Amino acid sequence: MSGKAHEPEFACLTRRDLLKAGVALGGGLVLGFHLPFPGAAEGSAGKEAVFAPNAFLRIGSDGTVTMVIGKSEMGQGVYTSLPMILAEELMCDWKKVRVQSAPVDPAYNHTLFGAQVTGGSTSVRTEWERLSKAGATAREMLVAAAAREWKVDPKGCRAENGRVTGSGGKSLPYGKLAAKAAKLPVPKDAPLKSPGKPVLLGKRVPRLDTPAKVAGTAVFGIDVRLPGMRTALVARPPVFGGRVARLDAAKAKAVPGVKDVVQVPSGVAVIATDFWSAKKGREALEVAWEDGEGMTLSTAGLRERYAALAATMGMVARKEGDVEAALTKAAKRLSAVYEVPYLAHAPMEPENCVVDLRADRCEIWTGTQMQTGDRDAAARVAGLNKEQVTLHTPFLGGGFGRRGNPAADFVAETVHVAKAAGGAGPVRVVWTREDDIKGGFYRPMWYSKVDAGLDAEGALSAWRHTIVGQSILAGTPFGAGIGKDGIDGTSVEGAKDLPYAVPNLLVDLHSPKVPVPVLWWRSVGHSHTAFVVECFLDEAARAAGKDPVAFRLPLMSGHPRSKGALELAARKAGWGTPPPKGRGRGIAVAESFGSFVAQVAEVEAQADGRIRVCRVVCAIDCGKIVNPDTIEAQMESGIVFGLTAALHGQITFARGRVEQGNFDDYPLLRLDETPEIEVHIVESGEKPGGVGEPGVPPVAPAVANALFDASGIRLRTLPMTPEALISARKRA
Amino acid sequence: MIPLTINGKTYRVDVSPDTPLLWVLRDHLGISGTKFGCGAGLCGACTVHVDGRAEFSCQLPAGDARGKKIVTIEGIPHDHPVKQAWIIEEVPQCGYCQPGQILRAAALLAEHPSPTDLQIDEGMSPSLCRCGAYPRIRKAVRRAAGERGGRK
Repeated sequence: MSGKAHEPEFACLTRRDLLKAGVALGGGLVLGFHLPFPGAAEGSAGKEAVFAPNAFLRIGSDGTVTMVIGKSEMGQGVYTSLPMILAEELMCDWKKVRVQSAPVDPAYNHTLFGAQVTGGSTSVRTEWERLSKAGATAREMLVAAAAREWKVDPKGCRAENGRVTGSGGKSLPYGKLAAKAAKLPVPKDAPLKSPGKPVLLGKRVPRLDTPAKVAGTAVFGIDVRLPGMRTALVARPPVFGGRVARLDAAKAKAVPGVKDVVQVPSGVAVIATDFWSAKKGREALEVAWEDGEGMTLSTAGLRERYAALAATMGMVARKEGDVEAALTKAAKRLSAVYEVPYLAHAPMEPENCVVDLRADRCEIWTGTQMQTGDRDAAARVAGLNKEQVTLHTPFLGGGFGRRGNPAADFVAETVHVAKAAGGAGPVRVVWTREDDIKGGFYRPMWYSKVDAGLDAEGALSAWRHTIVGQSILAGTPFGAGIGKDGIDGTSVEGAKDLPYAVPNLLVDLHSPKVPVPVLWWRSVGHSHTAFVVECFLDEAARAAGKDPVAFRLPLMSGHPRSKGALELAARKAGWGTPPPKGRGRGIAVAESFGSFVAQVAEVEAQADGRIRVCRVVCAIDCGKIVNPDTIEAQMESGIVFGLTAALHGQITFARGRVEQGNFDDYPLLRLDETPEIEVHIVESGEKPGGVGEPGVPPVAPAVANALFDASGIRLRTLPMTPEALISARKRA
Repeated sequence: MIPLTINGKTYRVDVSPDTPLLWVLRDHLGISGTKFGCGAGLCGACTVHVDGRAEFSCQLPAGDARGKKIVTIEGIPHDHPVKQAWIIEEVPQCGYCQPGQILRAAALLAEHPSPTDLQIDEGMSPSLCRCGAYPRIRKAVRRAAGERGGRK
């Protein structure tokens, strides 16, 4: 395969462009609709789109099909999987497909969240029906246009590979039919293709964005350059909630290239001609900070506070039977504490945003997972109507939840800087890596106290799980996700709905208020609950003298898809046969985001305390499949992401200050630590599940369980560092 | 004015000599395929070739780059075996680190045309990928080596 054949273009389409062209996004048709592609993609300007049956599709007279995608491409492959869904029904020529990122418009709102959002591993799941219908509608109109042209019954015509074919060898390409189709009424219920023989779905279709990303031409937010654009770095308080007490900007202003120093709610912005001048200017700032309420915060203190809370009864998330009685009666009782730290998302592209603020409008370029919220926040800060704010979404250099912030932190801040700079032209704010690591919005720190009881036969009779950690949803527009019982579902997901039947079960939650901003981090609550549930279940199996797979299976009859994934992973990993010499094997399974993933890890506990993960075998049941290569890539990705958390990641506090700052003290997994990874996909006709996040949860427990198998040492706190293993060995 | 030779072309840039090459490329010359990741030589997103060696451009002051032959992702031809292997193995996810990965792989293969697995692991480890494209990076480096008449 050559990479040359098909190099799609990517562009930002703005709402203004659409309005200029008079497109009714809800479904009107426009003749001679013209797409100006502002700035980004050369070569596509002036191409005529003559058929725009809905917000998602534009077909040009040259047969080019432009798919307008409202989801953000952050590596998960939506700029390929969503076009595949559209193209499957449209029956267009895949080589003629182009992708544009959508403007902010209700037409692209998440079908469940009511705003333009990319997250929760929901894109394929929630867009499948809407995009299939959009494709089918356009196809039916193209077929009707051909039938009308030939004066035949449309039933005798069929669409295939970008052409409509009729009887007697009649055939017309979509490009020739587009203008005629545009004059036809939009059918209400265009039939979907029979699912029998998909052209694209289920196939290893190469990603549309690969060539641009390999060429180095893909435009990320940080690559956006506007004429006269200034670059700002913001000095932020070292303690969350802190404020500027005293500022002397004279030395900073004397740095060549520095144009201005302005105060904004989040700190002090140094505005310069370029990044390096702004950075030197920021270093020259003399700021005294007044520490906020977080000034006494320490990780050790927080752990003590959480431990004390865990000793009391929290809000009840789930209750079955009588757990206390069952624990008292148990033939064998186990208790343990599991802890995981705060974690930064650390996307490779640090946070950044470009704002061009004028008196009557504001134009924004930023890699975001939350267009509507960011747009609305920008409007509030700028004092403009939402309609006066345009937001473009370039490629995201990783998201993992960090770029989907209800607080709109990096967007609102940039608008504040632009506003304070007062008509100085376009401004971008770039975060350094230290700004990112120290900047908050972490995966919360979690403390779990677990108790289990085994009856005389070694069966699991009781399970109690007390969870302590900050609510992510509290205080956000997603606060409705907190139930009447006060429980943030994302705090207990995976714990209250664990895939095992236990007759006596209690899951309770404490959601303490802590002055550390928290946020969803790839796989959200499952990133801690799977670690606790799957490790503690392993402990229970060992205590019962049973094999961890054999112990699980009889408890999983209510969760057949998890069970299927577990069995597949075990079989592919050679479970039951001895692992290679020196290695231990561990298994874990988790249901998350509509998918079911099991992983088997093989690890070595090295003499120097390092845990070498040699192999991970992964099985996923994500229902109907769009692109198996994307699923495999996301499982590999989730495993590597999860291994960073298992082995390396922790954000800690001393005197209210974050103790980490860059990849030296917040290390990410490197290639030489990466295991061999095998991915097996369960054949399934079930409704589609997510794939962006579900690969993460099982890996940490699989590794911890494998470590126990290899060494007899149980590490219950993440990350599993060499120091932790060495000190556990000393205690053993 | 500092003269810099980038992708075979000479540029004269008016910057303070301590400005890292990364920011000369990105902010002064608009050559933006080279990425900013950490500013501390820890992640490899800014990797370029300096006289054929993979170097962190965030750690190389423009003044020290004078007289050196600099190649960025834009200077690696499309038909280069590493770029082709990256496409065939579908390596990129978010893609942000990939220019640096590709330059590092090209330098590794220039030094070791048929690298062992250990040489690949050690040679590629300075470049971080938060999306975890590592298994595919391994495969793509092996493929690129094979197409250069290597062992596969």
